Amino acid sequence: MDTPNFYPEKKLKVIGTSPVRPDGVPKVTGIARFGADFTLPGMLWARILRSPHAHARIRSIDTKKAEALPGVKAVMTCADLPEQPFAYVGPERIAVNFWHMTRNIMAREKALYEGHAVAAVAATSQKIANEALKLIEVDYEVLPHVIDVDAAMRPDAPLLFDDMITRGVEPPTKPSNISKRIEYKLGDVDTGFAAADEIVEMSFRTAPVHQGYIEPHATLARWDADGQAEVWASTQGHFVVRTFTAKLLNMKTGDLRVHATEIGGGFGGKTVVYVEPVALVLSRKSGHPVKIVMSREEVFKASGPTSGASMTVKIGAMKDGRIVAADALFKYQAGAFPGSPVMNGCMCGFAPYDFPNMRTVGYDVVCNRPKAVAYRAPGSPISAFAVESTLDAVAKKIGMDPVQLRLKNIARIGTPLQTWCRRRMALRSSRPGLPIENRMASGRLGRNNRSCWLVA
Amino acid sequence: MKHHVTTSINGSPVEFLCETQQTLLDVLRDELQLTGTKEGCGSGDCGACSVTVNGRLVCACLMLGVEAEGKSIETIEGMVMGDHLHVLQQKFLEHAALQCGICTPGMLIAAKSLLERNPEPTEEQVRFGLAGNLCRCTGYQKIVEAVLAAAVEMRRA
Repeated sequence: MDTPNFYPEKKLKVIGTSPVRPDGVPKVTGIARFGADFTLPGMLWARILRSPHAHARIRSIDTKKAEALPGVKAVMTCADLPEQPFAYVGPERIAVNFWHMTRNIMAREKALYEGHAVAAVAATSQKIANEALKLIEVDYEVLPHVIDVDAAMRPDAPLLFDDMITRGVEPPTKPSNISKRIEYKLGDVDTGFAAADEIVEMSFRTAPVHQGYIEPHATLARWDADGQAEVWASTQGHFVVRTFTAKLLNMKTGDLRVHATEIGGGFGGKTVVYVEPVALVLSRKSGHPVKIVMSREEVFKASGPTSGASMTVKIGAMKDGRIVAADALFKYQAGAFPGSPVMNGCMCGFAPYDFPNMRTVGYDVVCNRPKAVAYRAPGSPISAFAVESTLDAVAKKIGMDPVQLRLKNIARIGTPLQTWCRRRMALRSSRPGLPIENRMASGRLGRNNRSCWLVA
Repeated sequence: MKHHVTTSINGSPVEFLCETQQTLLDVLRDELQLTGTKEGCGSGDCGACSVTVNGRLVCACLMLGVEAEGKSIETIEGMVMGDHLHVLQQKFLEHAALQCGICTPGMLIAAKSLLERNPEPTEEQVRFGLAGNLCRCTGYQKIVEAVLAAAVEMRRA
């Protein structure tokens, strides 16, 4: 097949060729080593005990019988993980809170979802490790749970955290399951809707969808008596595994070496840690290398997914197809801990369009499900689905071709951004030589976009 | 108590000890270090652990290790011939029929089994023959194309 050469004046070495992938041969011969394919001498197998309840206070955990089982070399609970300071760190859109993260690795005060890890065992065989899990006695006080985002936002909903105050609301509210409120505005939506010939308002719900990689999470960890350690992990980023794991275990980053194995799919779901700190603690306690491989059931119950959401989009249009107002409400499930990608969703929804008046409000809401993780343009397909579906309905209502409707309202270079106010400072600092309008244009539609997520 | 099992794997005689509840997949991966056969689900849904037993395609996670007694088992490790890749392996590379590669060994074993039963499959028959193997990356089209291309070349040989 002839491949078109778009730059005939240049002789291209790579573009236009179809090279065999450099990691191809080991993958077709079965030699490639994925997370679960690594072993070390004296290696133990670990299994994780998981909560059968969606929401329960943990009164006590008794591991004595499990520890006494022949072949069991170490048992761990949250008591083996140091407490972390409560602070959101990193850029706002992807901020992490290690107080939450250590509780997701191993439940402390409460189990917050079915499948939440509560204890782990390392033994000389998988069979013994599984038997030992049955000997761990956990005293649960089962609490009412909530898994729906709208139900979780109701004033009478069971609270996952008794002291969680919504960020982004002034003055502060009383505790709720709403971790954060985000609002972006441009123009005045009320004026826009008052002028509109037609208004369409639609509501949508999406389910939390798992990334569905074929390879379950797997890790092998080795801790040495001098405090240095090594981890093999199926991950999308070994520096993240190293930073998170070292922080969660109060280790010096330099004492931890992380090897990224071949990865059997991640799709965003392998950008965090689940089993790595657990394997390392069990290795430290037992003095042996420890391997953990999740089962498929564990993958679905305790890792991923993307957020489920409840959304309302209202769009006002003139008969000629000009859209004069757009208002969106995006409520995203964060799962058991704050940090859904709702901010990305808010930034993406109306981003492709030049609407004079728009407003986007987003809520990050905790509920008794596994904590949401990145999944292919985190958060954006969810809000785009709601906005684009509503635009289709607008096109139908005014009798216009849906593609023409979009082209009539498409963003161009220089189109003001709804998220302008929040991003202006960042852009001003990143490109000090450019007039602000040009910086906005390149930030929005430029080819070398570094400042925001593009709608592909 | 462990069971003593005598079997044949990729043409060589093999003996191993296994627990009653260990699957053939556990034995291959954990006792014999043949980690080319993958576990994706452990319930026979994904096909990543596909092997052949006496020429028949099975999910190794659905068969016990003790059932291998006296059988002839073929795994991905037996597919490469010295320094020559099998035609299917070569076509998978040429057609970019793999990305992450976790489903690839099972996909190749299933494709090889299909072409042994039906050397001249239609596209539909390839899709049906590989329906028990899940791939999350490729969208299947390139896998189907690779298998069809391999079938043409294998008939020519």
